[in-house]
Amino acid sequence: MSRLNRGIGSLLMDYAVPLIFIVISAAAIPLSGFSAAYLVQELLIRVGRNSFLILSLLIPIMAGMGLNFGMVLGAMAGQIGLIFVSDWSIVGIPGIVLAMIVGTPFAVVLGVLCGEVLNRARGQEMVTSYILGFFINGVYQLLVLYFMGWLIPISNPALVLSRGYGIRNAISLTGIRMVLDRLVPLKIGTISVPVATYLVIAAFCFFIVWFRRTKLGQDMRAIGQDMPVADSAGIPVNRTRVIAIVISTVLACYGQIIFLQNMGTLNTYNSHDQAGMFSIAALLIGGASVSRAGIGNVFLGVTLFHLMFIVAPMAGKNLMGQAQIGEYFRVFVSYGIIAIALVLHAWKRFRDRMEARRSLRGPAERREGA
Amino acid sequence: MPEVPLLKLENVGKEYFGNRVLAKVDFSLNRGEILGLVGENGAGKSTLMNILFGMPVISGTGGYEGNIVLDGRVVRFNSPFDALEAGIGMVHQEFSLIPGFSAAENILLNREALNGSILELVFSERLNTLDRPAMRRRAARAIQTLGVDIGVDTIASEMPVGYKQFIEIAREIDRTRTRLLVLDEPTAVLTETEARILLDALRKLADGGISIIFISHRLQEVKSLCDKIVVLRDGNVIREESARSASIRDIAAWMVGRQVDDSRPPRTGKVSDEVALSVRNLWVDMPGETVRDATFDVHRGEIFGIGGLAGQGKLGIPNGIMGLSPSGGEVALFGKKIELDTPRKALDSGMAFVSEDRRGVGLLLSERIDWNIAFTGMQVQNRFLRGIPGLGNLVRIRDDAAIAEETERYIRALEIRCTGPGQRAVELSGGNQQKICLAKAFSMRPELLLICEPTRGIDVGARELVLNTLRRYNEEYGTTILITSSELEELRSVCDRVAIVGEGKIAGILPATSPAERFGLLMMGAVGDGDEAAQREAAGNA
Repeated sequence: MSRLNRGIGSLLMDYAVPLIFIVISAAAIPLSGFSAAYLVQELLIRVGRNSFLILSLLIPIMAGMGLNFGMVLGAMAGQIGLIFVSDWSIVGIPGIVLAMIVGTPFAVVLGVLCGEVLNRARGQEMVTSYILGFFINGVYQLLVLYFMGWLIPISNPALVLSRGYGIRNAISLTGIRMVLDRLVPLKIGTISVPVATYLVIAAFCFFIVWFRRTKLGQDMRAIGQDMPVADSAGIPVNRTRVIAIVISTVLACYGQIIFLQNMGTLNTYNSHDQAGMFSIAALLIGGASVSRAGIGNVFLGVTLFHLMFIVAPMAGKNLMGQAQIGEYFRVFVSYGIIAIALVLHAWKRFRDRMEARRSLRGPAERREGA
Repeated sequence: MPEVPLLKLENVGKEYFGNRVLAKVDFSLNRGEILGLVGENGAGKSTLMNILFGMPVISGTGGYEGNIVLDGRVVRFNSPFDALEAGIGMVHQEFSLIPGFSAAENILLNREALNGSILELVFSERLNTLDRPAMRRRAARAIQTLGVDIGVDTIASEMPVGYKQFIEIAREIDRTRTRLLVLDEPTAVLTETEARILLDALRKLADGGISIIFISHRLQEVKSLCDKIVVLRDGNVIREESARSASIRDIAAWMVGRQVDDSRPPRTGKVSDEVALSVRNLWVDMPGETVRDATFDVHRGEIFGIGGLAGQGKLGIPNGIMGLSPSGGEVALFGKKIELDTPRKALDSGMAFVSEDRRGVGLLLSERIDWNIAFTGMQVQNRFLRGIPGLGNLVRIRDDAAIAEETERYIRALEIRCTGPGQRAVELSGGNQQKICLAKAFSMRPELLLICEPTRGIDVGARELVLNTLRRYNEEYGTTILITSSELEELRSVCDRVAIVGEGKIAGILPATSPAERFGLLMMGAVGDGDEAAQREAAGNA
């Protein structure tokens, strides 16, 4: 009896977060007064824009390294690629591909750095990668704000601050704006579908499915579940963990480029900041946990997350006469959801340990209960 | 022509930092033979296995003496992987399974069957996908060899404990090179039926030509399974016998048979009939020392010993009574029920505790000796405190004079070697740290003193002093003392009665003067496993 209750209880616990979001969205959609076509169009754009970034989080989770707050490192690498491509005025798909090619070595180096640091901070991966993000942000600012236009030649004056060096706050990415989204034009009724973006995302999903079936993927799963056992079986634990972070960082770099080609402007000093936080929040909303996440969680999460953000400001305005309430809600929810996920994770681990130990107790407990 | 033995140990010895743990170990093992290795905790079994398996702990502490001859050739392994390569498989006491993996995935961990692909040429083999059907076939074959019926897709975390053990053995069997299998306490967690299946499986493996070293505390199993038995005691091979000719009683005696130190004067303390501590159906969730169902009484003025092998739960009992680990059941001190799970209640009721974890629980390492001694008394009994004149007892401050006086007294009485009361506890040797723990407990003036492993990690001189101090304290103040120790001889020399804990239960309680082999039999779980003579005897004494 208690076993069944526990089963239902833990099932509810596992899906509590998505359920809450579904309920809130269901209430907010009619309040917002948006049409179905508008909602679908908005969702298609935003899901296409964000999914790649969120998918890049999956592999470190598989390797037991938790939520990779260090993905902002990849985002910065992507932005560096975009700045160069803008400077060289290379437009269209070649511009995007070149930005990726330029960003990749930065992402690999940052990924190796991050992986090596995390190997020295086992069990504290999340907070370490989070703080590492701040640190590398400083290096990024040094590079972009002081070195570019001074040590690193930037020829396009539109990119450079009026003082002669440093990149401007906002860069318009007109040359590559939505080129991927509009590569394969498709309109269903009034709704336009960014086919090519979704094809890239689908390819990424296939990559993940394939990767899980490889020996490397199997090793990562083993390390994620029990590092000492994996180590004693001869799996190169440290190297594998670095590989996981490098893959994640490189993919986050590509994800950020796809994200920014849709947005059309690069906020040089802010864009990457939010990439990590919002991607992680979206993944958690999809029912993922610190130790378990799948492709399904990514799409459920990104859909619910954006649905909420589309309808919440309008619902807030209609309900209370203020649109800011929705914006407030967005930030509040992102941080709140991450906090809840971390607490839930700790609590669940504690509960599992208690459960495991309960089975060791002998007849005395039963006698006591009777 | 005589057969070349598969494994031959010649004069193998090992010292850790000048402390000899193994000396001149000699034995050999033929193909398809099962050797039972028995001995008390600390007899040197694990050191021997660490040497055989090339564990880094051995080479990191200066290597070993003597030779290991495998198949007629001297080998010297630098890492466990060398040993694996040479065909030595080991199944450890702790499970090394990945919880979320299936049986097949676990059996083939890091030896997965792979599909070939072009990526292998460009990057590495690790980018090949797993060949799941082949993996399942290989796993099924290994499981079948053992004669058990476990689905290859069963997830490890959902398996009964017994299955996990089989999966680990299957992992070693799948290695085609495995010629020697070492099993460390494989039946400790198994039910009787599972244990029997395992023993049958091992016999089958041996008949197939694999040699086995079987380490177990269950002498019954050792006797019925093994071809020969090697008894280790204090790092020496005491006996190498054919399993057929040795009786369980003999083996137990060889294991524990040490000369009792009779130099201590006879007991003068008075033990009354009044029950001081009564424990009923106690369970304690102490990791690694789980207590399942313990029931016993300790009389006023008695020194009561709790012994048993490591991991059987003896340390769980005092830690549970003191509320340091989650526990349940009934504990009463002089008829008054003690609330469990709250150390403060236990302290308030007049118990004092000396933890086996001296540096972690016992001491505030970076604090001064005198503060360490006074701390619990200050916290629990409001001693060593004085009021500020004019404020009554509203605000109380530390009474340094009283603390100093008390500390000086104990430094003298216990011969604590230190520069003075102000020295930090971390700077003292293990023996002197232990004396501080005792002083702290004594200064509580407890009615019941619980002491865990009083002499662990301290030298011989300090050890005598600690034991004599306990004795004297008991005789002078009539304090009831409960000592938990892995050293059976030590318990037998200071206690009135000794309880032996096995598998989380009290296996039996004997007067300290009983012969060593009876304690040995209780420890080895011979009682209740069919050795009727021993059972009758133990029942008569309890």
